[in-house]
Amino acid sequence: MVLVETQNFASLQEKNKKNKNNMEVENAVKTGEVAEMEKMASQVRRDILRMVHACSSGHPGASLGCTEFFVALYSKILKHNTKFTMEGKNEDLFFLSNGHISPVWYSVLARSGYFPVSELKTFRKLDSRLQGHPATAEHLEGIRIASGSLGQGLSVALGAAQAKKLNKEDNLVYVLMGDGEQQEGQVWEAAMYAAHNKLDNVIATIDYNGQQIDGPIAKVLDLMDLAAKYRSFGWVVIEEPKGNDMQSVLNVMKKAKSLTGKKQPVMILLKTDMGYGVDFMVGTHKWHGQAPNDEQLANALSQLEQTLGDY
Amino acid sequence: MKKYTFTEKFDTRSGFGAGLLELGRTNPNVVGLCADLIGSLKMGDFQKEFPERFFQMGISEANMMGVAAGLTIGGKIPFTGTFANFSTGRVYDQIRQSIAYSGKNVKICASHAGLTLGEDGATHQILEDLGLMKMLPGMAVINTCDFNQTKAATIAIAKYEGPVYLRFGRPVVPNWTPKDQVFEVGKAVLLNEGKDVTIVATGHLVWEAIKAGEILEQKGIDAEIINIHSIKPFDEKAVLASVNKTRCVVSAEEHQMNGGLGDSVAQLLARTNPAPLEMVAVNDSFGESGTPEQLMIKYGLSAQNIVDAALKAIARKSK
Repeated sequence: MVLVETQNFASLQEKNKKNKNNMEVENAVKTGEVAEMEKMASQVRRDILRMVHACSSGHPGASLGCTEFFVALYSKILKHNTKFTMEGKNEDLFFLSNGHISPVWYSVLARSGYFPVSELKTFRKLDSRLQGHPATAEHLEGIRIASGSLGQGLSVALGAAQAKKLNKEDNLVYVLMGDGEQQEGQVWEAAMYAAHNKLDNVIATIDYNGQQIDGPIAKVLDLMDLAAKYRSFGWVVIEEPKGNDMQSVLNVMKKAKSLTGKKQPVMILLKTDMGYGVDFMVGTHKWHGQAPNDEQLANALSQLEQTLGDY
Repeated sequence: MKKYTFTEKFDTRSGFGAGLLELGRTNPNVVGLCADLIGSLKMGDFQKEFPERFFQMGISEANMMGVAAGLTIGGKIPFTGTFANFSTGRVYDQIRQSIAYSGKNVKICASHAGLTLGEDGATHQILEDLGLMKMLPGMAVINTCDFNQTKAATIAIAKYEGPVYLRFGRPVVPNWTPKDQVFEVGKAVLLNEGKDVTIVATGHLVWEAIKAGEILEQKGIDAEIINIHSIKPFDEKAVLASVNKTRCVVSAEEHQMNGGLGDSVAQLLARTNPAPLEMVAVNDSFGESGTPEQLMIKYGLSAQNIVDAALKAIARKSK
């Protein structure tokens, strides 16, 4: 698996050399793209903080940490249609397994045009379509399965990927899991199944922030060498140490895409910082499931530019 | 008493296998998933004829439920197959979140339910599955009584939109319901009209209820017998219409008293029209190893138990 990855990377580099002039032009374009995406990320982080503050509950930590992933996914990677259908025929699909980071998903869905941005203010409130954890019962556009009870999303993604193959669609299925979630047994049932069935239209990502509710994962229940675990299960694994750098996230996701269709499922281990973007929230599990108070919110918002207008 | 006869005996699980094969031929969206029990679930014929629509899941029931939920998103109608214990208790949270709450069109098909699993013993003899599944909002719960009815039910649930739990079993039992029956989810089947007592039975206990009706007839008691194949949606109208006539009820099932058919009848009567109810069911106990026949007698689930319960219910009627 490592070999495949290396070869692919080498051939990419070769290609890059040949197209040096073209690449320079492309890089300039990319810089513009990335700047736009970073602007969106700043707004998404404001949304996350304001949403959890307004209902005094929710999970800001990993939502902030996964902002680059969601912005990159929905703006540049996913082939999707904001005119939502459950079936998502001829579209790429995305599943969120660690449903507690719903704030970042809701914000990015709204900012991408799935539903009105103003609806973000209903998050976790009575009669809202924006449930604490994502759900389908209220028919919120963009959501295809309920999640929150951990360990289930990878299995669902595999089923959807198998349906894509049966329907002869060449689209991809993406799924995001938490790192703490890897402690659930079902994840490994699914990991085994995906490789055995050569589900090479699946790109799974693990938000590798090293934290869980009760503290650092290494202390609670160590995952040891997670990359080696997935490799031994038959997956192609790519590790990205800079999961809060937009360009790096974009690059690794494009690389993952280039590795699909080769008889193996693809896994991205994305190192992120929980709470990234707000100085007093970063790098600790303290803000896993806690909302900021008025003063903390004001402090946090002062660190994040309002780029697209608050809801 | 209306006469019911049979010329052959089959296991209900074979009815499921036959129904699934027919569905495979008529509905291209039907897919099968099995957790390492293809022979036990009688899914082999479907697998052979439609290998591209059959998924061997290995001993991974949690993953099977999630994969099934995912397949529905691509327009498939997944039929999962494993033992009743591993179809419910083992994967309750997966079913609750990924299937029931998410409103997914998955058909959870469960064999080897109840005591009639026999010699394997209590680890595998689930007697709580109907209750577990009945409690999930939006979940239809079906417990069929013979080969023909199980086949008809299997075919019918493919057209029923939403999650379904279909329960059947291992032992070879009389095949007596009509071959060409139309199976309607949520519709009780009146087997015998009577005026003295209503017997509502489900699954393997339906045949026992018929035998009990014959014994009661010899005692001059006229029993109304209803086959409740759908625990949920529950045909309240049919049961109430009967109770209004007979004024007492016996429920009979291969399940715990808590959470099963009797529990649904008790709720209905208490809410609408109180009448004496006697429950033939397992009373807060696990099973054990033994032959199916021995176990049904030891745990009080035979025709004679239904007769005794009927006499008790009739004696409790207000004069």
